[in-house]
Amino acid sequence: MNLYSWVQIIFYLVVLLALAKPLGSFMAKVYQGERTFLDHVLGPVERFIYRLSGVKPEEDMNWKTYAMAVMLFNALGLLTVYVLQRLQAVLPLNPQGLGAITPDSSWNTAVSFASNTNWQGYGGETTMSYLTQMFGMTVQNFVSAATGMAVLVALIRGIVRTPPSSPHFQKSKIGGQRGIGNFWLDLTRTTLYILLPLSLVVSLALVSQGVVQTFSPYKTVALLQPTTDANGNIVAEQVLAVGPAASQIAIKQLGTNGGGFFNVNSAHPFENSTPFSNFLEMLSILLIPAALCYAFGKMVGDTRQGWTILITMTIIFVAFMSLAIWAEQSGNPSFTSMGVDQAQTNINPGGNMEGKEMRFGVANSALWATATTAASNGSVNSMHDSFMPLGGLVPLFMIQLGEIIFGGAGSGLYGMLAFVIVAVFISGLMVGRTPEYLGKKIEAYEMKMASIMLLIPILLAKVGTAIAVVTVAGLATIWNTGGPHGFSEVLYAFSSAANNNGSAFAGLGANNPFYNTALGICMFFARYWLIVPALAIAGSLVQKKKVPASGGTLPTHTPLFIAWLIGVIMIVGALSFIPALALGPIVEHLMVFGS
Amino acid sequence: MTSQLRPAFFMLLIFTLITGALYPLAVTGIAQVLFPSQANGSLMMVDGKAVGSELIGQQFDDPSYFWGRPSAAGYNAAASSGSNYGPLNPALIDSIQTRIDALKAADPDNTLPIPVDLVTASGSGLDPHISVAAALYQAHRVAAARGLSEAEVTSLVEKNTEGRQFGFLGEPRVNVLMLNLALDSTQ
Repeated sequence: MNLYSWVQIIFYLVVLLALAKPLGSFMAKVYQGERTFLDHVLGPVERFIYRLSGVKPEEDMNWKTYAMAVMLFNALGLLTVYVLQRLQAVLPLNPQGLGAITPDSSWNTAVSFASNTNWQGYGGETTMSYLTQMFGMTVQNFVSAATGMAVLVALIRGIVRTPPSSPHFQKSKIGGQRGIGNFWLDLTRTTLYILLPLSLVVSLALVSQGVVQTFSPYKTVALLQPTTDANGNIVAEQVLAVGPAASQIAIKQLGTNGGGFFNVNSAHPFENSTPFSNFLEMLSILLIPAALCYAFGKMVGDTRQGWTILITMTIIFVAFMSLAIWAEQSGNPSFTSMGVDQAQTNINPGGNMEGKEMRFGVANSALWATATTAASNGSVNSMHDSFMPLGGLVPLFMIQLGEIIFGGAGSGLYGMLAFVIVAVFISGLMVGRTPEYLGKKIEAYEMKMASIMLLIPILLAKVGTAIAVVTVAGLATIWNTGGPHGFSEVLYAFSSAANNNGSAFAGLGANNPFYNTALGICMFFARYWLIVPALAIAGSLVQKKKVPASGGTLPTHTPLFIAWLIGVIMIVGALSFIPALALGPIVEHLMVFGS
Repeated sequence: MTSQLRPAFFMLLIFTLITGALYPLAVTGIAQVLFPSQANGSLMMVDGKAVGSELIGQQFDDPSYFWGRPSAAGYNAAASSGSNYGPLNPALIDSIQTRIDALKAADPDNTLPIPVDLVTASGSGLDPHISVAAALYQAHRVAAARGLSEAEVTSLVEKNTEGRQFGFLGEPRVNVLMLNLALDSTQ
């Protein structure tokens, strides 16, 4: 790694962490119902939405009603995306005349976008009409992110609020007293006050860099040097796929969605044109998850708690990012033996450039790969399938940790809080005291729910992979056959779906009934079976009085706690997946470097 | 449950209109006014005719042109794709050997080491750029094919080199199509 690689990485981290506080404070205000500078413009819109949809803003929900609202809203969204795809051939805004999408692919994509996974079995520019991209994908990019953030905020309210009989009881500014908030309010305020303004700014900045934004049909240009195609015909023109991309890409990144407008996602020059657009998109991946940590601290009345979690995330992130960059920059020894120059200089990016774009080089590609899998984003600016074994292990393992290192918008932090609950529970057992977190006792019920949240993705990923590698249909579409890499492709696919990531070792042919169905099921359960226990924890905690801190209370804002939390995360992640990783990237690494 | 049906339906409807229609329309409207060229694909016009996009690479295999990154998509800008070959895939090793052979066959005297980006497929299959090293590697061949001096070609490469953005972001690089257009316009 040269100086420029370091400068870019440090610049990225500094900007990210510097924005966490201002954006986090703003989000805390939005969720606590305080006035913000956007109230003049958005206040009337917000009230109009409540009136039209019959929402009473002062009404609070208990956790079951909240969960029911989440489910109903997501089910309707899923259905809409499905129907749009099935009918797109007869709907407007389809200048390329793209046909209806098959039922299995439509199901997969509908679940994928509703669940904030954005796994893509299809290639955008050859499959989806502009209408489907806008009314289906873009809308779900917003509301699925808002759903995740709403669930997180409900969980935070569970921690903060106390029953009316408690001396700590405070009437909340939005909503009533006993509940964990109102989903419709959280959804609306997240979308209007946070996601829309940020997306507007980011999308225009992206267009300024060359990301396309037009409703015109695909463009045709002349080729400077006509070539012949595989059938010997002269090709003198090039068709350029365009579309209303920038508006979708901004929210795809900010909402940790990740579904590309084009097949190769943010490797496509029209989706990610310059190093600066790359920086903006990469920043957008982790921006909201990082800022939510600060918002969390603010809402629980102790910003140290938010920083503790943010620091924990950053430490793990930097460690794995460094491994990925090192592995990719070291390059492929087989290339070296063929006389290919992989040494990094000022005029040669060096390293393993297969599947990477010149304008980004190795450092930005590996940094992106780590960020997109640390979060539940899943967009790519390089092909993870072509990474070196250890370079590919990093995104795979980041996903398998449960996408809690920054994590998805909302879902990352509620997943992390499940780990925190496990961490304080285990430490409580060690010292023989009833564990507590932020003044709330952690008891068997919370621990059961947190365990469910940890175990479901692990179960789905491993069982799914196991089924795929012993069935003909599962093995049939492996791209890199005949070795551990093929196994890695399958493991990556199921890990990605079972954690709502959406990135892939994209060689695997996943647009077929087997993978569309299996991965669709994984995505569905991974999302909603985690939301329900997260809300259940909120519903249980909100009924509990605050316990005053005593000498036996484990402080959860110290370096010791950070180290402890990292330990718990790594042990759970390692015990769950090291055996599977040993069959994939680890043995492949030994094959590459052993011979 | 039924009491949540009405908000669920109307919320989806309203947010479909706001985020699915108003928002992309607003971005398109503003973008078309502020950044019309970028919003429409950064097309390069010569005599009123679109000769390509600054951002999308084209296929070159004529010795008198600079060659771009190998493409798994055949530079089909309506169906982007990477190779997705794993690091041990024999097909990857074969295709790299084929590319090395083609470069050597077109320029047998060249003893410079071959820069990695010139023989590895890009992520998108549409990468418009090569490294400066990859351009300099080809200067000898292009100069010979065009009857120019290597110094003339090298200076064109230098003129068409983009530095790191803002001095530190990304990699220094050469836009192959623009360099080839510049080559054509010098003769």
